[in-house]
Amino acid sequence: MAAIYSLYIINKSGGLIFYKDCGTKGRMDTNDSLRVASLWHSMHAISQQLSPVNGCSGIELLQADTFDLHCFQSLPGTKFFVVCEPGTPHMESLLRYVYELYTDYVLKNPFYEIEMPIRCELFDINLTQAVQSDRVALLGR
Amino acid sequence: MQFFGGSEINPSPQVPTASGNNAHMMYVFNRNGVCLLYKEWNRPLHTLNPQQDHKLMFGLLFSLKSLTAKMDPVNAEKGNLGVPQLPGQGCSFHSFRTNTYKLSFMETPSGIKIILVTHPKTGDLRESLKYIYGLYVEYVAKNPIYNPGSPVKSELFNTALDQYVRSIS
Repeated sequence: MAAIYSLYIINKSGGLIFYKDCGTKGRMDTNDSLRVASLWHSMHAISQQLSPVNGCSGIELLQADTFDLHCFQSLPGTKFFVVCEPGTPHMESLLRYVYELYTDYVLKNPFYEIEMPIRCELFDINLTQAVQSDRVALLGR
Repeated sequence: MQFFGGSEINPSPQVPTASGNNAHMMYVFNRNGVCLLYKEWNRPLHTLNPQQDHKLMFGLLFSLKSLTAKMDPVNAEKGNLGVPQLPGQGCSFHSFRTNTYKLSFMETPSGIKIILVTHPKTGDLRESLKYIYGLYVEYVAKNPIYNPGSPVKSELFNTALDQYVRSIS
């Protein structure tokens, strides 16, 4: 069964605001995850510079030997990216669904400060449910 | 459950007009970052001058390799971020796709990096890149007059490359 290894959410300036690790090996400590998120933010921006045609909005899919990375950038500039097994289907729908959860449980939360790390319990609960493999298959329909 | 509609935020990329040619451009770098070859078939937008463009491309690839080696969820042993990796050491990416282009990358054990930038709907080009490396070995590496580390000026190589790239779907 194809697996999701981790999920990151970064704000407009490239700071990591949410990180969820579902993998067993290769866990990163907090500092490393922060660095990786900022690095991704810069790489995403540079890839737009190198485009041969107009209208590039940055990297959407990165394929490596042992994992795939899908990235979704919302209109305000928040980036959602997920690290998964190569060939996992429905990752774009999952990212859009996570964006929905983000708007419902995080942005509409009156105690949440924008651009700050996410500490919303309902968001965590719904996200855990969404990431389970049977739910991901449902999202694909 | 309401999802985003299928409409694109940005206007759709222009379809390449060159006959049968899906490739935009190609770079070949050696292990020191020297651009040995830069070929352009279809590039309407030039953001930077050639030197800066090559440096930016090399820098992007170097950093992406570092990122993928660190983010690798399968291997437990990982170096620190930013430490230069030997060719073949650690997990490396082979392609990335944006809404306007797809970049395919291959690094050989000798540190030669081959990059092909194509239309976003292109499939897996790893075999094509291996074939291009084969052309490089035949026409460039085996050329006794060629000075390693200097830009490639072989006519035979350019012709063979053009012919091959036009045939990639």
